[in-house]
Amino acid sequence: MEFIIGKYNYWIYICLMMIGFYAMIGKRNLVKKLIGMNIFQTSIILFFVSTGSKKGATIPIVEHGARAVEAVRYINPLPHVLMLTAIVVMVSTFGVALALLMMIYRRYHTLEEDEILGFRK
Amino acid sequence: MISSPFPVLIIVVPLISAFLIVIAGLIKKSLCYPLMILSLSASVLSSLAILNDVLSHGTVHYRLGGWPPPWGIEYVIDHLNAFVALIVSAISLLIGISAKRMVERDFPGKSAYVYCLFVLQVTGLLGIVVTGDVFNLYVFLEIASIAGYALIAIGEDGAPFASFNYMIYGTIGACFYLLGVGYLYIVTGSLNMADLSKLLPGLQSSKVVLMAFAFLMVGIAVKMALFPLHVWLPDAYTYAPSPVSALVAPLTTKVGAYVMIRILLTVFPPSFFIETVPAALLLRWLGGFAVLFGCIFALAQTDFKRMLGYVLIAEIGYIALGIGFGNRNGLTGSILHILNDGLMMASLFLIVGAITYKGGPRKMARFTGLHGKMPLTMAAFVVSALSVVGIPPTCGFFSKWYLVLGGIDSKQWLFVAVLLASSLLNAILFFRVIEKAYFEPSMDEQGVDRKALNPTGGQQNILSNKVKIDEAPLTILIPILIMAAGVLSVGLLSGRIVSGIIRFAIPAHF
Repeated sequence: MEFIIGKYNYWIYICLMMIGFYAMIGKRNLVKKLIGMNIFQTSIILFFVSTGSKKGATIPIVEHGARAVEAVRYINPLPHVLMLTAIVVMVSTFGVALALLMMIYRRYHTLEEDEILGFRK
Repeated sequence: MISSPFPVLIIVVPLISAFLIVIAGLIKKSLCYPLMILSLSASVLSSLAILNDVLSHGTVHYRLGGWPPPWGIEYVIDHLNAFVALIVSAISLLIGISAKRMVERDFPGKSAYVYCLFVLQVTGLLGIVVTGDVFNLYVFLEIASIAGYALIAIGEDGAPFASFNYMIYGTIGACFYLLGVGYLYIVTGSLNMADLSKLLPGLQSSKVVLMAFAFLMVGIAVKMALFPLHVWLPDAYTYAPSPVSALVAPLTTKVGAYVMIRILLTVFPPSFFIETVPAALLLRWLGGFAVLFGCIFALAQTDFKRMLGYVLIAEIGYIALGIGFGNRNGLTGSILHILNDGLMMASLFLIVGAITYKGGPRKMARFTGLHGKMPLTMAAFVVSALSVVGIPPTCGFFSKWYLVLGGIDSKQWLFVAVLLASSLLNAILFFRVIEKAYFEPSMDEQGVDRKALNPTGGQQNILSNKVKIDEAPLTILIPILIMAAGVLSVGLLSGRIVSGIIRFAIPAHF
């Protein structure tokens, strides 16, 4: 029980990731696939943010005049900063994907994968 | 330690010029093309300068912003990087030169944006190659991929859908890579490749490291289209515009192969993937299947460009097979194949581009008599095709030679047989096309009803066959001829390339 509750943030990340993964692979509608992609990416943000944080710690700003810095008191800011970059990457991927969906819709007037494959035959 | 500005120039110049191209396009359209060629040439010159530095002084380091590693991002260039960076920049310059006529005809008024994406794609690929930081590598991987999605989507009918599928797969790959980086960070607290390689040997038994390794490998395998994760490749590269598939197809997969070699040999201790986890065994089997599957599926294709897509999957299989042998000869073959295959595939995809630019056919059955119409292009085609088959003195022979030696050294007779059989299959594939182009008289002379030969071809193909086909313009023809000459000369010089560069790129104890 401790194993599940103590690390609940990681369990949520795994659940979200699986939901997103299922939507990307299993759904036949292209917009649903894209939503799945977004959930998948968001779960990874959650994972990175969890790795950086600690219980009872504070933001990593050292007060002026502080002599000894106890690392335990501060959370690790690096994974959070990495995720800022990753969010930018994910937003641009999402933008390109939406543009692609517009191109597909203009050409086939549908976003169902099966119907598009039917047109292509 | 040598410090020089070239590692960063190789990326910053094309990155900035990508944006300048768009601005220049607003002012004067004719400025865009020279700007692109200038920036790509600057990359080639910087990578030549780096290669020169590396060969004379050893590894080159560059600290971004002056922060010392492992805290700051560091660009590290050793023999392997310098070699791959030169391949990527030189091939992209050649393709860039050839892109002018095709882009201006197919995308009138929008060429500035195409050139911008083109240069961004090259920036991403070069960034992946020079960086010494695993997270920075992810960012460049996505720069290259996003530019690639957009470039592929502007192709013919069906391209946006193929590009969307590629994006779904590519995002899964990139996210897995990112997760792998995250797990590595949890155990080591570092993102610098050199630092990781010092910390990881002590942590080999950790389950987190195993997870990280698995995620990284699967992520990279998607990006390099290793069987069975290749599903996105044939569609995406068939529907992409010709200059784009000539750039993206040979280079993206090769850079993926480079990342795999880098992670296996530098970041993780080399014994890890051979002894601790059965990754070498898996790579051998997947590589072997990729080779056979790629060749057999290529046999079933009627569209020449699609066939090249499946041949490309087989070529990736060779590289994986060489890594999987896990000995000096196998790795030499893999690294040499990055160069050879980049050249061969770029040349072949560009030849398809030249044929379709002139309104020629893409179905192989309609290649009849092309030899008389485009003699120089077809000569270059024969040279590249012989190289894919692996006939000396073309370069393809030498990398296959090292791969077979690697197989013999590790006593993997089954895979040696696969390698030899694949040469035979490739011979069938390409001699079919050569026979059509050289020995069968053109259909016009035979007076055969074209509709009977190609009932599903439709109106467009019939019309296009009436267009007078002759040699492509010089901006397309010259890069093709340079690449064909490259295929021959790399073959003749491969001994020197192996002893001068690749020998140092493989860890000493192999």
